[in-house]
Amino acid sequence: MKNIFLFVRQHSNLLFFLFLEVLSLYFFYSYNKFHQAAFTGTANELIGSVYTQYNKVEDYFNLKKENERLSNENSRLINKLKEDYSASDTAFKIVADTIPIDTTGLKRKYYYMQAEVVHNSTNLPNNFITLHRGLAQGVKKDMGVYGPGGIVGVVVDVSNNFSVVMSLLHKQSSTSVKIKKSGEAGKLEWDGEDPAILTLRDIPKSVKLQKGDTVLTSQYSDKFPPNLMVGTITQVIQEKSTNNYLLKVKAATDFKSIQTVWVIDNLQKEEQKELEEKVKNKK
Amino acid sequence: MSDLLKNIIRFALFILVQVFVLNSIPALHYSVNPYLYFLFILWLPFSLSRFWLMVFGFITGITLDYFTHTPGLHAVPCVLIAYLRPFLVNILIPQQGAEMNYKEPSIKSLGLAPYATYIVLLTVIHHGVLFTLEAYQFGNIWYLIIKTLASSLISLLLILLVEMLFNRKQKFITNT
Repeated sequence: MKNIFLFVRQHSNLLFFLFLEVLSLYFFYSYNKFHQAAFTGTANELIGSVYTQYNKVEDYFNLKKENERLSNENSRLINKLKEDYSASDTAFKIVADTIPIDTTGLKRKYYYMQAEVVHNSTNLPNNFITLHRGLAQGVKKDMGVYGPGGIVGVVVDVSNNFSVVMSLLHKQSSTSVKIKKSGEAGKLEWDGEDPAILTLRDIPKSVKLQKGDTVLTSQYSDKFPPNLMVGTITQVIQEKSTNNYLLKVKAATDFKSIQTVWVIDNLQKEEQKELEEKVKNKK
Repeated sequence: MSDLLKNIIRFALFILVQVFVLNSIPALHYSVNPYLYFLFILWLPFSLSRFWLMVFGFITGITLDYFTHTPGLHAVPCVLIAYLRPFLVNILIPQQGAEMNYKEPSIKSLGLAPYATYIVLLTVIHHGVLFTLEAYQFGNIWYLIIKTLASSLISLLLILLVEMLFNRKQKFITNT
C-alpha cells in the first residue's frame, strides 16, 4: 500500500499528463460520433456572441458580392413564380398560395428560414458554420442549409440562439445527390483538400457523363428538397477497383464568402420517420 | 504590469489572432495551415510548475477547440508540449540556474541557438500530433508529412515575425 502511494507521488506529473490526454482524446472521439461534448450548449452561446461581434465588422467587406448573389437568387426565384406561366386554356387558372394546404390539395413540405452566418471556416479539414438562429427561432438538428447558389450543409448542433452547421467541407459530411441528366443518385463527400472541389461516389460506369454536367440534390434525402443546385462535374475518374466512377464536383456555393443562408425545415419528416420506424420494428 | 494580467491579455490576443486571422485567411495552399496560439504555452514563466503548465496548456487548447468545434483536437498537442517543455528547458539552458535569473523563455534568457531549438522542436511536435489526429480521418501518410512540414515552416516564420515585432524586455534578476 505504501508503495502505491509512493508511486503515485513520484509520478504525479506523468499521471496527470496521461489523465489530461485521455480526457482530450475522449472529447475528440465522442464529439466526432455524437456531435455532443461537455458544455457545448453554453460554449455555443458564448462563442456565438463573440463571432457575432466580429461579424458586424467583417460583413462590410463582402457586401457587394453578397448583393450580387442575392439579386441573382431573386431573379431566379421570380422566374419560377406561377403567375408568369399563362395557361392556353382561359378556363384554367393557376393559383399560387402560401397557406399550408392550397386549393388544389397540395401540402407544403418544405419551409425556408433565413439565417445570418456569423462564423465560417474553409481552411480546416473539418469545417463548421455558425448561424445566428437557434432553437428559439425554429432551427432543429438535422435540418438542411441552402445558401445563395447551392446547398451548404446540415445543422448538427443547436443552442437557444445559435446553431452550428456541418459544412459540406467536412470529412463526415455525406449527402445524397443525383446527376441532372440521367437521374442516377450518388453520395457527395469531401476529401479534405480543395475547398472548391467535392467528391461524388457511387455513380455506376454505365451512366454516360460529361464534364460540366449538373449535379442536384436527390429526392432520397429527408433534409433537402429535390433539385436544389449542388455543383457541376469538373473531372471524371474511372475507379479501377469498383464499377463506379469517382467524380470531382465543383461546388456551386462559394463557401468562402457566404453571409446569408436558408435553413430548410422538412415539415413532413416526422411522419415519414415514424412510418419507417414502424416498418422496421415489425420484423 | 503584473505577470498575471500580462499573460491573460496575451492569452486573449493569441486566441483571437488564431481564430479570426490565421484560421480565416485564404489558405496559401490547402496543405498549409499556420498556427501561432501555442506560443502562449512556450512563453509561460519558468516559475510555473509542470502541473500548472499542463493545466494552462489544456485550457488554451480547449478554448481554441470550442471556437473550431473540435473539442479535444488542439488540447492533445497543447498538453503534450506543456508536458515536454520543462525537459527541453532543462537540457537547453546554457548554465545552471539561468531560469532563476530570467522570467520566461526568450532569446535573451536561453541564448539564440538553444531558444531556436526549443521553438522548432515543440512547433514540429505540436503540428505533427495535431495533423496526425486530423489525418486519422483522412489516412494519407504523405499528405500528413507534407502538411506537417509545410505548416511548421510557415508557423515558424510567423513566430520569427512575432519575436521581432514584440521585443519582450527581460530583466536580469539577481538575489543580491
